[in-house]
Amino acid sequence: MPNPQTAIANQRSAKPAVSQAGSMATIAPIAGWLIPGLGHFIQRRYIRGLLLMLAVFIMFFAGLGMQGKVYGFNTGDLLDILGFIGDLGSGLLYFLARSMDWGAGNIHRAVADYGTKYIVVAGLLNVIAAVDAHHIAIGKKP
Amino acid sequence: MTFELSHYNAALLFALCASTVFGITQRSSPRDMFRYGAYCFVLFAVGVVVASWLMWLIKH
Repeated sequence: MPNPQTAIANQRSAKPAVSQAGSMATIAPIAGWLIPGLGHFIQRRYIRGLLLMLAVFIMFFAGLGMQGKVYGFNTGDLLDILGFIGDLGSGLLYFLARSMDWGAGNIHRAVADYGTKYIVVAGLLNVIAAVDAHHIAIGKKP
Repeated sequence: MTFELSHYNAALLFALCASTVFGITQRSSPRDMFRYGAYCFVLFAVGVVVASWLMWLIKH
């Protein structure tokens, strides 16, 4: 028969661990969304975090460099609304671009349209990375 | 700041970044991540060439 005192002690020591994992499950995806790769960094997955950060940053800034468009909030065309949602996935990069008025020029060449897609996909990839950070936090992935 | 890329180079850069994220997020072990990322990259790169030839055939 197990010792009741030992069982109570085990329960007490398990509670903070569960609470910490629970808070990490919330913090990691939010951090990963705001700054690409940060959700992995705070869980000590440095190489994964660095690679994710590089991938999203390169796509976002290459898109801006190709004169891609950064969508603002809108209620017009459906594709524009979806573009805004995709762009928003980049987190603080999106707000930085909007505040600096980057990606606001008119598209006048084919590569600029690629740039617009780069920026949208950078946001979508960042959302996938943030979900991955959540999976690591809940123990679904090593 | 402007960034000039040819169409195919733009597609390859896209493939590289997307494959990196897919590899890391869709597999668990580093070895599987690398293999899946490389697999996605090859599919992207070959897919672009195949799609280009298909469009050329449709046009001609």
